[in-house]
Amino acid sequence: MKSVEELKAIREKALKEISIRDNENKIRIVVGMATCGIAAGAKSVMNAFAEELAKRNINNATVSMTGCIGICRLEPIAEVIGVDGEKTTYVKLDAEKARRIVAEHIVNQKPVVEYTIGEAEK
Amino acid sequence: MIYRSHVLVCNGTGCVSSKSPDLMAKMEELLVANGIENEVKIIKTGCFGLCEKGPILVIYPEGATYCNVSVDDIEEIVNEHLVKGRIVKRLLLGDKEAEDVSKSRDNVGFFAKQKRIALRNCGVINPENIEEYIAHDGYLALAKAVTEMTPAEVIAEITKSGLRGRGGAGFPVGRKWQFAAQEVSDQKYVCCNADEGDPGAFMDRSILEGDPHSVIEAMAIAGYAIGANQGYIYVRAEYPIAVERLNIAIKQAHEYGLLGKNIFNTDFSFNLELRLGAGAFVCGEETALMTSIEGNRGEPRTRPPFPAVKGLWGKPTLLNNVETYANIPVILLKGADWFSSIGTEKSKGTKVFAIGGKIHNTGLVEIPMGTTLREVVYDIGGGIPNGKKFKAAQTGGPSGGCIPADHLDIPIDYDNLLEIGSMMGSGGMIIMDEDTCMVDIAKFFLEFTVDESCGKCPPCRIGTKRMLEILDRITQGKGEEGDIEKLEALAESINKGALCGLGQTAPNPVLSTLKFFRDEYEAHVKDKKCPAGVCTALLNYVIIADKCKGCSLCARKCPVNAISGEVKKPYVIDQDKCIKCGVCMESCKFAAIEKK
Repeated sequence: MKSVEELKAIREKALKEISIRDNENKIRIVVGMATCGIAAGAKSVMNAFAEELAKRNINNATVSMTGCIGICRLEPIAEVIGVDGEKTTYVKLDAEKARRIVAEHIVNQKPVVEYTIGEAEK
Repeated sequence: MIYRSHVLVCNGTGCVSSKSPDLMAKMEELLVANGIENEVKIIKTGCFGLCEKGPILVIYPEGATYCNVSVDDIEEIVNEHLVKGRIVKRLLLGDKEAEDVSKSRDNVGFFAKQKRIALRNCGVINPENIEEYIAHDGYLALAKAVTEMTPAEVIAEITKSGLRGRGGAGFPVGRKWQFAAQEVSDQKYVCCNADEGDPGAFMDRSILEGDPHSVIEAMAIAGYAIGANQGYIYVRAEYPIAVERLNIAIKQAHEYGLLGKNIFNTDFSFNLELRLGAGAFVCGEETALMTSIEGNRGEPRTRPPFPAVKGLWGKPTLLNNVETYANIPVILLKGADWFSSIGTEKSKGTKVFAIGGKIHNTGLVEIPMGTTLREVVYDIGGGIPNGKKFKAAQTGGPSGGCIPADHLDIPIDYDNLLEIGSMMGSGGMIIMDEDTCMVDIAKFFLEFTVDESCGKCPPCRIGTKRMLEILDRITQGKGEEGDIEKLEALAESINKGALCGLGQTAPNPVLSTLKFFRDEYEAHVKDKKCPAGVCTALLNYVIIADKCKGCSLCARKCPVNAISGEVKKPYVIDQDKCIKCGVCMESCKFAAIEKK
């Protein structure tokens, strides 16, 4: 170790890897991973969320899964739950849509209205 | 590699013996079977503290803490939680219906009153991965010390924090560092005492297993402060997991250049090596420890000269205990003022205790100094099992004493415990209920010291042996008038005459039980009775005629045919034949047998 900067760089990198273990004040992305969701492709959606968060060095959001959300015909479904508890439900997702949600909703704090359940049911 | 879930599995010795490695193997197998081995990461970590409920595992990002997990539960955890995202509520620790699972354990008294400083990373990081330690501010304190502070400033900060030695005696740490720093010598050493030997104590082991880098970092800081370039950790070979993780940690620290030459590109260099002890209790005494590191038979020598003047190989040496070191990096990072705001006037910070004996929550707890014994026993410990009454707590191991129920509200700190004839000790705390005989307890600890006495000085070698003989007589019902006074006289001469701390304090368990429970000694000696019903030689098993239904079960169970009678009439025990094994009492369905 030659400098304090070097130590701090390792610290930043390691923090990213373990940030999943700190769930205070974080946006939660919850993907429905019941049989219906998995059959509709929820798995690639979830992996896309995880990869995109990692790629963009986002430390204030975690991805987790849940069971059947109930509207199987709209799967894959993901809910984005803000720090304040406000919930946005996205439906009929795929990997591409997931990446866009990370870019617009998580990073720029603008929900992707066209993917939300309200739009899909219109 | 980014994982969507981290599973932290406790790999402290407690959970390892309750089969946590088997859980991990099973889980790995099932992750592969479900094709999610690249999504879920299994991490071994250190002690969470609540060994009673082990094995414990925590799953993130949900932060769900599962307790008492068995191999059979793993399939459900993988299928439900990891595959489908459904919490396995029945295994949650604490409030099983908590809306936010990560908060399920918040109302568990065991965790609520603790403050983790020395144990800050135990159960949080993977001890075999230096980067996880670095992520939690690891080695930043060392960086700060060597690049921004002078050695004198480091010592001043430690002195100001009020930290006292956690090995038991409570000597101010800053002053100890100062003594070693002011010696002029071509070579100095920093040593770590990890020869934890008190019966029931496992604080140091848990720190070494759960957070070995905190000790390594602190020893390097100490080396910088006193001007030493070589350190030794003296750890007992009976701690294989701690030894393994220390070896890994030292190797990683060398690889990252946090040990070795020119650390942070400064003139400061520091090397660290392990020395394994064979498990002699006396080697926890500082002079014996250093004699043992030198390769000689572990025996103490007279002080002065103190180690700070003439220690290892005759050179100035600084010696601190594991828990003391674990506090150092945090003090440098958060400041002396922060540290000294915790605790009591003369005892700052926290203390780790290993709680055992007759208590619900056996385990490892870290509490702010000044917490009362009542809070430790009832709020954190969960009280005494089976509705029994608290009788006493034993602290300080074979050098300490008993704290009776009258002193339950005493705030725990160095000075308060000394005042009532016990001591802080390294942190073992054994809780005793009404069924514990205090003479028997004193005998237990004295047996331990007699066994562990190195034999170098006569007061300890001969004196403790004579005391044990007297205690043995008393518990056999052969106590004589004057025995108690003889015990007191012997205790005084051993305390004054023994060479080292082990010998000087060896009579403490007897003295403190005599102080608070003299009536029990007198009952043994004069009335030949053991009030707690423990000393078998003083007991008789008796059938109460009114309660006996004459079922003959006890007579059939008795291994020596000491019980006779006629069916449907009260049976009788022949006291001459009875070997007092207690089988009859256990087998009786009508509670008709008593021991008196």
